[in-house]
Amino acid sequence: MIKTDILIIGAGPTGLFAVFEAGLLKLKCHLIDALPQPGGQCSEIYPKKPIYDIPGFPEVLAGDLVTNLMEQIKPFEPGFTLGERAQTIDKQGDGSFIVTTNKGTKHHAPVVVIAGGLGSFEPRKPPIANIAKFEDKGVAYIIREPEVYRDKKVVIAGGGDSALDWAIYLADVASEVSLVHRRNDFRGALDSVEKVEELSKIGKINLITNAEVTDLQGEDELKNVVITHKASASEKEIKETDYFIPLFGLSPKLGPIADWGLEIEKNAIKVDNAYDYQTNIPGVYAIGDVNTYPGKLKLILCGFHEAAIMCQSAYQRIFPDKKYVMKYTTVSGVSGFDGSKKEAKKEVVKSIN
Amino acid sequence: MSDIKITIIDREGEAHVVDAPTDMNMNLMEVVRSYELAKEGTIGICGGMAMCASCQCYILNLEHMLPEQSMEEEDMLDQAFFVEDNSRLSCQIPITEQLDGLEVKLAPEAP
Repeated sequence: MIKTDILIIGAGPTGLFAVFEAGLLKLKCHLIDALPQPGGQCSEIYPKKPIYDIPGFPEVLAGDLVTNLMEQIKPFEPGFTLGERAQTIDKQGDGSFIVTTNKGTKHHAPVVVIAGGLGSFEPRKPPIANIAKFEDKGVAYIIREPEVYRDKKVVIAGGGDSALDWAIYLADVASEVSLVHRRNDFRGALDSVEKVEELSKIGKINLITNAEVTDLQGEDELKNVVITHKASASEKEIKETDYFIPLFGLSPKLGPIADWGLEIEKNAIKVDNAYDYQTNIPGVYAIGDVNTYPGKLKLILCGFHEAAIMCQSAYQRIFPDKKYVMKYTTVSGVSGFDGSKKEAKKEVVKSIN
Repeated sequence: MSDIKITIIDREGEAHVVDAPTDMNMNLMEVVRSYELAKEGTIGICGGMAMCASCQCYILNLEHMLPEQSMEEEDMLDQAFFVEDNSRLSCQIPITEQLDGLEVKLAPEAP
């Protein structure tokens, strides 16, 4: 069981900055994120895009903003549970919460902060009517154990980097690899595209372009994929396979949080913006893009502001009897949990004799 | 003023004729959102960077008046579902006076 003061769900810019604000109040944080790296959308969707509306930064790349935030919160030694999605929340007798991930990792904290942005990133599932029936029975959206595919027949669909990279990798593992793509063009890195072309020429990858997998067949387990060729609309090819792996990138979904009993409006969590961004469940806060209130703006800078306000309220909740006055970092500096201390240089007074 | 009329058929098949300003630096996705013609959180998820395809629409007329597809838009549509020959990402279509009378249909929400 991981124990912390504030459990933050979502390691995007807002969640990361909340660690800093909490740290100034000597509260320790732990973050859960479904993605394997911190940064949320900034790392996953647009790391190379410049952002122009972070106060004090005329221009900053989204990826650099995340790097900077990680550096800024380092003294406060946040814990991370990455690559796992927060699944359930259970309120304890003492008012604290236990949050369990989809992999069973348990986290215990008096305060839970949802900074989940647009939700957790899940693989995009192609609109094939009976695809759900074959999930884990031949259909996989993520490749976890490549060895599973040794000496098996595999059909991969998609034209991006992950489809190309896995086709290349599995060409040496599986007995047969087919790559089905809607167009002739591939959008992946040039090296990967060339490698796939090469492997296709020597017959190690069966390249099927201008085509889509439109149906799946099988009794209990997947047996065939039905491939529709674009050029000849009537042309359908039935292809025997052990596995079908559609790789169409990730898209965010609010996910299990939607079932936590929180008040949801327009796909976002309603909070009290007159005070502290608390949800309808006392002790559970929502900050950043995941919340909504009258006048809400989904901006990173608004998430930062909400993080600061939330931490004051969380402090009161954790220490109801303590008086606390907000301190400026220019006055008190920053004292890390790692023993580090940042502060302004003292003025040297030297008199001239 | 410099408003134009655009017909937007929502995901339920209902047509809406809306006024869109040409002087607000808006794109078609933002027009759809400002009139709440698609559920919040199901359109314009990436904010308009041609990086999610949630704002895919089918262009029903004036196709020749639209700006050409960028590489980014083409790549994104390439990964999207329900793509047709007249598919575009509405976030990549700035509202200009030439688009007066444009008719579009929103693509279904990706599963």
